[in-house]
Amino acid sequence: MTVLALEHIDAGYGDTAILHDISLQVERGEIVVVIGPNGAGKSTALKSVFGLLNITAGRVVLEESEITNTPPEQVVRLGVCYVPQTGNVFVNLSVQENLEMGAFVRSDDFRPRLDEIYAMFPDLAEKRRQPAGSLSGGQRQMVAMGKALMLEPKILLLDEPTAGLSPKYRGEIFQTVKAINATGVPILMVEQNAKQALGIADRAYVLVDGENRHTGTGPELLADQEVARMFLGAKG
Amino acid sequence: MEELAGYGNYIVSSLLTMGGIYAILTLGLNIQWGFTGLFNAGIAGFIAVGAYVFAILTKGPAAEHLGGYDLPLPLGAIAAMIVAAIIAWAIGKICIRLRSDYLAIATIGIAEILRLILKNETWATNGPRGISGVDKAFEWLPRPWGDIAFMVTILLTVLVIYLLLERAWRSPWGRLTTAIRDNEDSARAAGKDVETFRLQSFVIGAAIMGLAGAYLAQVQKFIGPDSTDPTTTTFLAWVMLIAGGSGNNRGAVLGAFLLWTVWSATQIVTGWLPQEIIVFGHPIENVPVRSTYLRIFLIGLVLQIVLQRYSAGILPETRPAVAGKSGKTGLEPGRTT
Amino acid sequence: MWEFVNFYFIPGLVLGCIYALGALGISLTFGILRFANFAHGEIMMLGAYFTFTIMGLTGWHPLVAALPSMALAALLMLYLDRQFFRPFRDSPTIMLVIASFGLMLMIRSAVWVFYGTQSKPLLRGFQRPTQYLDGAIQFPDKHLWIFLTTIVIMLAIWYLLTRTKIGKAMRAVSDSPELAKLTGIPVETVIRATWIVAACSAVAAGVLLAIDSQLDSLMGFKMLLPMFASAILGGIGRPFGAVLGGLVIGVAEELSAYPWIGVEPLLNPAYKTGMAFAIMVVMLIWRPSGLFKGRVF
Ligand SMILES: Nc1ncnc2c1ncn2[C@@H]1O[C@H](COP(=O)(O)OP(=O)(O)OP(=O)(O)O)[C@@H](O)[C@H]1O
Ligand SMILES: [Mg+2]
Repeated sequence: MTVLALEHIDAGYGDTAILHDISLQVERGEIVVVIGPNGAGKSTALKSVFGLLNITAGRVVLEESEITNTPPEQVVRLGVCYVPQTGNVFVNLSVQENLEMGAFVRSDDFRPRLDEIYAMFPDLAEKRRQPAGSLSGGQRQMVAMGKALMLEPKILLLDEPTAGLSPKYRGEIFQTVKAINATGVPILMVEQNAKQALGIADRAYVLVDGENRHTGTGPELLADQEVARMFLGAKG
Repeated sequence: MEELAGYGNYIVSSLLTMGGIYAILTLGLNIQWGFTGLFNAGIAGFIAVGAYVFAILTKGPAAEHLGGYDLPLPLGAIAAMIVAAIIAWAIGKICIRLRSDYLAIATIGIAEILRLILKNETWATNGPRGISGVDKAFEWLPRPWGDIAFMVTILLTVLVIYLLLERAWRSPWGRLTTAIRDNEDSARAAGKDVETFRLQSFVIGAAIMGLAGAYLAQVQKFIGPDSTDPTTTTFLAWVMLIAGGSGNNRGAVLGAFLLWTVWSATQIVTGWLPQEIIVFGHPIENVPVRSTYLRIFLIGLVLQIVLQRYSAGILPETRPAVAGKSGKTGLEPGRTT
Repeated sequence: MWEFVNFYFIPGLVLGCIYALGALGISLTFGILRFANFAHGEIMMLGAYFTFTIMGLTGWHPLVAALPSMALAALLMLYLDRQFFRPFRDSPTIMLVIASFGLMLMIRSAVWVFYGTQSKPLLRGFQRPTQYLDGAIQFPDKHLWIFLTTIVIMLAIWYLLTRTKIGKAMRAVSDSPELAKLTGIPVETVIRATWIVAACSAVAAGVLLAIDSQLDSLMGFKMLLPMFASAILGGIGRPFGAVLGGLVIGVAEELSAYPWIGVEPLLNPAYKTGMAFAIMVVMLIWRPSGLFKGRVF
């Protein structure tokens, strides 16, 4: 079953069009990775799901219902969580308060979920009283993901979760993404570290200049000549 | 016949003279806000400085306050501009690199501090009693002619400042200040020294306000720390500029004369009101005084309406700004971060 | 020594409490709505006038009459936000500053229309100071009320901001409105909550000031500069930094008039407000983010 689908989206900021006829799909239980050069429109594609910019053509469909141009607050309530590329934690709030804010739209008792999150990220449990701004980059990324997971979302959108992290943390984050996915949460992830990302991806898309360039399973794209030349060659 | 003279007097000494002074003030504010997007909440402070400097330097010897310099009036006016500019420079140096809110807070602060100084340094300013008998230009002419000559001087000043600002507006300097106003970051990225241009614009605007103060002291023949309600004066200038069209020098002048006419005419009307009126069986006393305050309330409301509905003003800004986004409204300098 | 405490330090703390209550609201709104609200002082003043009217109608003690005034002021503030601030939510913040500046004049002139410009006492009669420690320390009971009221309100706001969902959401919006939106926090609700807190603390500050001195239509305007200075000293968006800032500035203003050298006051008491301005200028030059690393816009 399809959890999230972008169907032939055109979108942009104000008058400047960035995305042209983009289509993406995430099936139940999948990790889907989006790669592409800088400025290709990867972040823009995620933001368009979240109602952060104006979609001029095409549809966004969540499970059975259309959510094109729905404002972000409502998208959250519908069960889509989004971890932006930067500024994704409340730096002056403690780790625990960040997680609580992640559960803001829940009206039931979220404490069991909090314990689950701490079990998933034991580092955070230790630092629950510390302001999130005082943590290292990798730990902040975990706070951001934990915060998004508080809602038990239908799908999680991650924008370059490993950007700027050391290799050690990078590996850890990819492991975490896999672990989250193993609990049944489908993931749509934008990544720069193409090789590692394709390694854990069920399917992947390559965006270039705001358009779909390649689509395939992780191994297919890893084997693709052009993809290798564009993304893998330089990074080895 | 006498009534006619009364009207003539009103037109000369209020509408045109005071209107002209406000036009000078509004032009000064236009440089700061219209050209560069700087919010000055302490206009009254710069007026007061100009007025006091002028009064002290041009008067003959007086026992109550500093004085006896007896300078020629134009020199006094120039000194008024210089002192206002120096104060603006000092305050601008501190705040101009921060967001406009801080400049607003600091200008309202400096205006308040200046008022305290003028009120308490009695040896120099005669304290709360103020300085009376200020010299006025063309006083030596026979009766109506002195006032008329003075009025003409003011209108000529308005014209000269207007022409200078028009040149500035079209010059590279003016284009740059507008570019900074509309998009600070791209101006900075283009290697422009944003702070210096802002500071220049703030200082020039303040000097013009100081000149308006020098004229105001002459019209009133008196200047005291509380002779103008600071908030109302500052506020009137703002409403005049925004309603007239900020970023447009002609709009600034038009707004000043138009609003001053409305302001002074309604003041006359409040004088005609009866002392007491009955509303739904309740007597309301002090009607004329209350209506004076109601007038201030209404001018505040006018500002809000203009700001929300007609923010371009009567004569909107015309020249499109340099960088990309064309001059939409004249308002909304784009400093949002 | 005791003279110093009784005539300089305690009055400084009293003033500081009032500044602290006012600056708290300014810091909160600056942090969450991102603009310097020039009308904050007028809400203080208006709250004191509401209290005066309610006292006249009911004969209640000012601190009791302050409660319905808070409710009135909060409702009014929500209305004013809707009419005058909400249209500019997505505009450059300087538009909000101008709108608040206009509101400042509107509120003040409305008070003039209804109450006139004369100042009047809120509490009648002179209070003899109560003696403590065998008469070494003495201050009137009203100062005790001012201390206690301030402490109670501070504790309530501290509880709100650190222990309740909406209070934490207020801090989250202050931290990053964009992320708050992405998290599903209803920013408009948070803004309304902020106005309510700001209005209530402003009314408290206004009533305490009127108790300490008198009711005056310019009292809000006179408070504006010290309150902004306190908020900047503490760090914008750091409500409790603003509280400390308020106390420091209140005490500094009073101590500036102490004869530290010789027998003359160090600074002419007429220039007390100058202390607030001087502290603000020093902070803007040296450390615009304030003592507690607040936000610099
Ligand atoms: N807020 C914005 N307003 C206008 N244009 C924008 C905005 N954000 C991004 N763009 C433009 O949209 C295009 C796509 O940007 P986007 O951030 O989606 O790229 P990306 O693929 O995520 O790149 P990166 O790998 O650098 O994150 C770029 O040309 C960028 O300049
Ligand atoms: Mg990106």
